[in-house]
Amino acid sequence: MSSKSDKIVVALAGQPNSGKSTIFNMLTGARQHVANYPGVTVEKKTGSFRQDGARIELVDLPGTHSLTSYTLEERIARDFLLNDKPAAVVDVVDASNLERNLYLTFQLAEMDVPLVINLNMMDVAEKRGHKIDIQKLSRQLGAPVVPTVGNKGKGKERIRETILATSKKGRAAPFRIDYGDKLEPILDSLEKRLSEETEISGRYPVRWLAVKLMENDEEAQRVVRKYSKKSGTILRLAEEKREAFTLEHKKSPQKVIAIARHKEAQRIVEASVTRKKEITSTLTDRIDQVACNRYLGPVILVATIYLIYEIAIVQGYRITEYTWPVLAWSRDLIASLLPSEGFIFDPFFRSMPLWVVDGTIAVLNYVPIFLILFALIAILEDTGYMARMAFILDRIFRHFGLHGQSVLPMVIGGLYVGGCAIPGVLACRGIKDEKARIATIMIVPLMNCLAKIPFYVLLVGMFFAAYKGIAMFFIATITIIIALSIAKILNLTVLRKKESAPFVMEMPPYHLPTIQGVLRRCLERTWLFVKKIITIVIAVSVIVYVLIYFPGISKERKTHYISQSDQAQQTFFEKTGKDNSYTGLMTGDNLMEFTRYWRDYKKAKMGAKGKNAKEAIDQEFREKNFEFFKIVKKGKYEVKGEMIKDKHAKKVYNAYKKLSKTTNKLRREIKDETIITSYMGRAGRFIEPLTRWAGFNWRVNIALMSAFAAKESSVATLGGIYQSPPGEKDTLEERIKEKEKGWTALHVLAIMLFMAMYPPCIPTLLMVKLETGSTKWMLFATFYPIVLGIIIAVLVFTGGNLLGLSGMQAMIAFYILALIFLVLMGLIKREAEFI
Amino acid sequence: MTLDEVKRDQECEIVDIISEGIMGQRLLDMGFIPGTRIKVIRNAPLVDPVEFLLKGYHISLRHSEAKKVEVNLL
Repeated sequence: MSSKSDKIVVALAGQPNSGKSTIFNMLTGARQHVANYPGVTVEKKTGSFRQDGARIELVDLPGTHSLTSYTLEERIARDFLLNDKPAAVVDVVDASNLERNLYLTFQLAEMDVPLVINLNMMDVAEKRGHKIDIQKLSRQLGAPVVPTVGNKGKGKERIRETILATSKKGRAAPFRIDYGDKLEPILDSLEKRLSEETEISGRYPVRWLAVKLMENDEEAQRVVRKYSKKSGTILRLAEEKREAFTLEHKKSPQKVIAIARHKEAQRIVEASVTRKKEITSTLTDRIDQVACNRYLGPVILVATIYLIYEIAIVQGYRITEYTWPVLAWSRDLIASLLPSEGFIFDPFFRSMPLWVVDGTIAVLNYVPIFLILFALIAILEDTGYMARMAFILDRIFRHFGLHGQSVLPMVIGGLYVGGCAIPGVLACRGIKDEKARIATIMIVPLMNCLAKIPFYVLLVGMFFAAYKGIAMFFIATITIIIALSIAKILNLTVLRKKESAPFVMEMPPYHLPTIQGVLRRCLERTWLFVKKIITIVIAVSVIVYVLIYFPGISKERKTHYISQSDQAQQTFFEKTGKDNSYTGLMTGDNLMEFTRYWRDYKKAKMGAKGKNAKEAIDQEFREKNFEFFKIVKKGKYEVKGEMIKDKHAKKVYNAYKKLSKTTNKLRREIKDETIITSYMGRAGRFIEPLTRWAGFNWRVNIALMSAFAAKESSVATLGGIYQSPPGEKDTLEERIKEKEKGWTALHVLAIMLFMAMYPPCIPTLLMVKLETGSTKWMLFATFYPIVLGIIIAVLVFTGGNLLGLSGMQAMIAFYILALIFLVLMGLIKREAEFI
Repeated sequence: MTLDEVKRDQECEIVDIISEGIMGQRLLDMGFIPGTRIKVIRNAPLVDPVEFLLKGYHISLRHSEAKKVEVNLL
């Protein structure tokens, strides 16, 4: 990494809750960069600062309690230290919890890295009556020790200076823990053996490797295998020694090593820390007496979850009403830069880019929600309440192969009604257990996101009008029931071999988050999201565009539509009359220009609210083109304070209104025909024989398939397919009922359930790929919901029909069935208990 | 006895960790070593997991995990 000579790479290590990220922010300020460690989904933060002319790049390692090879985080931290060889390593230590934190410090020291010990949270330690002898501690550890209070910025200069000095000097003094006279001789002999292997000793500290081999560390064994030709002998030697040791002392070396480290930590703390008073009850204890109370705990938890949902999803959605006009304005701006629209056919280079823009702003529209959500999640994490949530809920969730921490992503995804799967999947990062994390990522998209809601509202309003409340409750809760069952099935099947972690969870003291820290994290995550998602959304929406609009209607049909359009224009000129003074104004290209003027005017008027706004628009269009203005005002306009009634203009208005209606009808027909004959339309018809069992005809198929681009579009596509005949102003509900006379509530129930199981939208799928780090999981997340949705829809529709159930009866029957299934799944014993 | 059998507010001393591999290592890393005093603070509302206090910090374990910790009541 330190390829550039002017850049000094320094790593930041520390246990969770040691205030490591506060120190990182304190040292690097705003100059930060977030990425992932190569090939994995663990966040890698880097930042830089200048000290005495040198540029220091600080890499934030994952917070870990230890440095074994059991967890991903620990492996990442270790690999970075070994392979990237940072010039110095800052170990952030919680001064108020020194003994436990030293456990990691020793392991860092054993790796022979130039260490700087940062005693953080000195204020908390002092408050607890701990007095730490810094000099003595530094001597004991053989490394410089710098006290700080990270959240107050205290000690910043000194730690920067020490980092630079250490990176130049290297390791201050060798450090070794005495593992006792039973183990040391073995370590010695292994060390000697490893030193002979120059390929190994040139790369890794041999004593560290010897200790790791005695701990039966898999990564250490891999290193030996990779760099030694005689790896077989060495590993066999280590294996024999380990077994002999365990047999002789009735304890594994692994245990003896851990005990020795803890004892050493104890000894050092006793030598360098004096405790004035023992605090019996801390504020955290008192809060937890309420927050984790048997009865109050769950109440507070539900209230917290509800509050998050209310603030982020409900209020956040309200904010989008204010941000939407900005997005709409930028869309119009882009539209004005593109080739102009045609009379009935728009040029490809207009409709395609606009489609992409629409898809992009549909996602950007949710940014306010993301900002609020990420801020709230950061607060939950920083305060320490997240651990309490997991503590309270773990019992329920682990029956289904999930983790107590799975609840938050599910709430964000829309556990009740209305969420968003994109931040939901992102929120899975906090889940420590890899198996539960993947399972949660897979089921979050089954929750009811905001975009599914209009679809439900439409269909419930049509066919379950009498039981609206019950039907919505059914949809909101059936998804949870199904999702939990799915999680368990995944746990027992595809996830069986995934790495699972013990629950063992620290409950950190409550801690007031800093505004700066929360803001930083929420902006960072939002930006990461926007950057990653938008680029790919653009690429994918082009593909979807092609599927929906290509190959396009045939030449004959095109000529047919053009001749119809020409005919309508001819009728227009006949109606306006030859002696009309405006006719000349409308011939040739002018007609198209007027059409644009007309469309713009109608659109502007529609968006304007209140008398003043309307008058302002009139003024604007009057100035733009006064002659056209006369026409759109039906010949009634003002000149020098006098109202004028212009008969010619009125005639043109009436004639043009007819033309416009015909043109719109043609445009709709063309769109309809284009979609129906498109690749997607053909697919919709092709699978109709199959989907009939679920009660879906080809029209529904197209609507459901087009929802894949973004679920918001499902209602719009339905609207497009069930066009209202010109002149009639039926609602979409009435139009669907008109066209689908054969539909029963059973059809609709099947469609709704399919929608509930609908595969994630494209941005969510990208998030899944990002968070699982695998295309396979992304594909799995795409296809299992389709299969599941079809199975459920067929079960409900065909099953309901066979039994002669009504929609309501089928709904209740299915609900009971799903509940029974859930309970059965919950009862299946989890295999793979840790031994 | 094992740690999962200890009642609320009772204090005990760890005798041994009867688990190798990831579970045992994790417990050792978190300071569950012989001779350490540990106290049961509370059960979660649904009984499992359990919150403990050891060496001044709070940690929660599932019953199945606490079963791997052999203790003596104090």
